[in-house]
Amino acid sequence: MAIRKPRWADERVARWIGIVLRGGVLVAAAVTLLGAIALLLQHGSTPADYHLFEGAHSELRGIGGIVAGALRLNSKAVVQLGIILLLATPVVRVLLSLLAFILQRDRLYTAITSLVLAILLYSLLLGGRV
Amino acid sequence: MSLLLTTALIGVGAFLAGLLGSLTGLGGGIVIVPLLTLAFGADIRYAVGASLVAVIATSSGAGATYVKEGFTNIRVGMLLEVATVTGALGGAYLATVIPANAIAILFAVMVLFTALQSLRPGQEDVTVLAGPLARRLRLGSSYPTERGPVRYEVRRVPLGLALMGLAGVLSALLGIGSGVVKVLAMDRAMGLPFKVSTTTSNFMMGVTAAASAGIYLQRGYINPVLTFPVLLGVLAGASTGARLLSGAPTRALRLLFTGAVVLLALELLYKGVSGGL
Repeated sequence: MAIRKPRWADERVARWIGIVLRGGVLVAAAVTLLGAIALLLQHGSTPADYHLFEGAHSELRGIGGIVAGALRLNSKAVVQLGIILLLATPVVRVLLSLLAFILQRDRLYTAITSLVLAILLYSLLLGGRV
Repeated sequence: MSLLLTTALIGVGAFLAGLLGSLTGLGGGIVIVPLLTLAFGADIRYAVGASLVAVIATSSGAGATYVKEGFTNIRVGMLLEVATVTGALGGAYLATVIPANAIAILFAVMVLFTALQSLRPGQEDVTVLAGPLARRLRLGSSYPTERGPVRYEVRRVPLGLALMGLAGVLSALLGIGSGVVKVLAMDRAMGLPFKVSTTTSNFMMGVTAAASAGIYLQRGYINPVLTFPVLLGVLAGASTGARLLSGAPTRALRLLFTGAVVLLALELLYKGVSGGL
């Protein structure tokens, strides 16, 4: 029979999740905004065309390429970095929940949360490829 | 039109979508795709990618306040996420084999269904008796009310999981949060209290969207130039909406927003059927 953990443990985790989420969204938005301003200063007067589907530039598709581009201050790569930081916020949320279940010695939910985390990482790092 | 002007217009549209989405509880995601494809001529794949990013932004942004209030059931959320993220992987695969017109038609049908559901009054059908699987998985919990915490149980877990798998497929394919399917699964099927299902659904939306957005990023569906005004606009709109929430004429706004969404869906349906996308 599993012993019920006191509620404060859950609440403390919830508070941490809240702080991390808000901070993550703010940082991601700030990076995106910086890239966006630079992008508009460079290309603001060129005509816009989103109709033709070419797919994003290959450098802007992977985490490595995006980070390398952002370090060279390529404006599109900086925007893409902000988007990646945003994509990371739900991952951190799952990671913190996993930590909480491990601390509560809740084996069942540690396993369930690990499965969710594995699928997320498979998608984000490998792009769903085998 | 120059990129600067187009970007500004998309930003304003996304701001309004985020504002009205948060005030009405319908979410901004369901207008982003029709807005980008119909008004700005964006390819539907770019539109879906940008919309998924907006869904994550609103989910994480709002989640910070929701989790604090003690309504979110993290066990239920995590269990159902196994189904939604698996569904999202399937949806991301389907997106490569289903033609753009069919996606547009499916989107329109989904939006009309959402609008219909939002006009029906919510029914409170809280479970007091736990289903066998729910008891083994310790899903029951309690939520705060004015009279102190109220205990609730959970039922029909397999049906809930199946519906959430479908919600994940639709989320990836259409770039939406699929809040309506999630609420169907958690309210109607599993019998969770309304506040718990809404906040838990919001908690899950970002995780579900991240699973498909990761794949789309690597396929080149996430166009930075189109995505940033959507991301920043929706985020600003949703946080403004959250601050206005108490004083706003919610019912009138809801009707107005639902009307606008239905019109957009009908146009998208027409374009999809006539092959004009």
